[in-house]
Amino acid sequence: MQSLYRSPLLRPFFWVRDSARDLLPIVVVVAGFQLLVLQKPFPDLGGMLGGIFMLILGLTLFSRGLEMGLFPLGGALAHALARKGNLLWLSVFAFAMGFSTTVAEPALVAMAGKAAEVASTARLIEPGESAQAAYALHLRYVVAVSVGIALLFGVLRIIRGWPVHHWILGGYCTVALLTPFAPSEIIGVAYDSGGVATSTVTVPLTVVLGVGLASCIRGRNPMVDGFGLVAFASLTPIVFVMGYGVFLFGNR
Amino acid sequence: MEILLELLSALAGTFMDLVPIVAAMVGFQLLVLRQPIANWRRMAIGILYTYIGLVLFIVGLEKSLLPVGEAMARQLSDPLFLFNAAQAPPDALWSSYGWVYLFAALIGFSATLAEPALLAVATKACDVSQGAIKPFPLRMAVATGVAIGIALGAFRIVTGIPIAYCIVTGYVVVIIQTCYAPRMIVALAYDSGSVTTSTVTVPLVAALGLGLAATIPGRNPALDGLGLIVFATLFPVMTVMGYAQLVECLSMRTVARRRNAPPLPKRCGLGRKTKTDEHGGR
Repeated sequence: MQSLYRSPLLRPFFWVRDSARDLLPIVVVVAGFQLLVLQKPFPDLGGMLGGIFMLILGLTLFSRGLEMGLFPLGGALAHALARKGNLLWLSVFAFAMGFSTTVAEPALVAMAGKAAEVASTARLIEPGESAQAAYALHLRYVVAVSVGIALLFGVLRIIRGWPVHHWILGGYCTVALLTPFAPSEIIGVAYDSGGVATSTVTVPLTVVLGVGLASCIRGRNPMVDGFGLVAFASLTPIVFVMGYGVFLFGNR
Repeated sequence: MEILLELLSALAGTFMDLVPIVAAMVGFQLLVLRQPIANWRRMAIGILYTYIGLVLFIVGLEKSLLPVGEAMARQLSDPLFLFNAAQAPPDALWSSYGWVYLFAALIGFSATLAEPALLAVATKACDVSQGAIKPFPLRMAVATGVAIGIALGAFRIVTGIPIAYCIVTGYVVVIIQTCYAPRMIVALAYDSGSVTTSTVTVPLVAALGLGLAATIPGRNPALDGLGLIVFATLFPVMTVMGYAQLVECLSMRTVARRRNAPPLPKRCGLGRKTKTDEHGGR
């Protein structure tokens, strides 16, 4: 088996096989429910099979590409910036990464639009398209800025060696304290915005940044200090969006 | 023809998603560090792979699993399927939605296993811990957490318990667990929750929540439909810490027995290939 892995001709086959194995459970669940529980045939079987083929190919390319491209690039950057020892540039870099990956995130754009509709029907904002669009845009900026701030503080935390759980638990307490004051229409949006902000592209890069930093600063353990950036980046949007809601709509 | 249009729009959308980050990295490399990028050809090919892979993944998802999953979430919460009536009876018990909970749990579990971001993080964790944290059990622990979380979230929508109560209770459990969990896993456990909620899970879960809230009497989709995702980010934290506690407990018991046995080989990199592969590639 080991010699098979080394053969360069066969290696792509194993990558594809691994991706297929990762996707198998979800296909089985969806097909099983469709055929056994709902007892209906698939509406478009050909398109479905084509789509699954694209999924497998896409997952294979994505994970190979990350290992070849963005992972080493991000790791090398984190190393180089840390070795330079310039705290300002490191902070700017962390903020830029957080902001730039979040502001264009498709899932966030979709959710901000949805949240604007909710706010409009609840008469929290003025009716009309332009007010909705402005609200959605502000929401996206609030989330992007909060992810940037989270990464900035996360990098400072790694450099200074503050324990990660103080920050996360502090964040939890802030969320719990803010919730009673936030208007109920924004609570669901705020809670979900944290999960939505951290996307497929952001997460691997953030982890590379944290682990890269922690492994080249003396006295930091990459396992203990390197992780935790993503968790903080999905906590701050909750706080900031709720704060934005309180600021905008007042205490109700 | 239609699929070509979709591919093109996904190409453009993903480009907008990837450009800022690549620009930030290359900009810092060239302007702040003023160093050429080492091995830049291989990296460019890798970024191209990432881009094409993400586009194919998104279009494939929209072609195959998403429409079926969304239709299924609608059908499973349809009163016609659940009660054989046009409208859900107002006195329906929470237990009559059994299929919904089962579907929520299974879809959470399987979508998490397919999540590319989780795969990447699990690989990194294996590398960093020098093989102590194996990717597959970690992903299983996270998937179990997401399954429990989404099933509970569906239960919350059905019963109408305010979301803040559930989440704050969850926070308290996490705080208590943090005190007892092995220190090495704490940060990774926090991260593993947020990692799961990206490309695959979010659309499926959001569709399930909105569909449920729309059909259950007395629920407002605007107020109750959102808020499933936060459940999916909270429960993996608990299961990953619980898993680490379990492993620590078991290994303490067997450590005396195994003291003379040779160490197990370390296997990283997507769980299957060996360390040598990283340097032996093209």
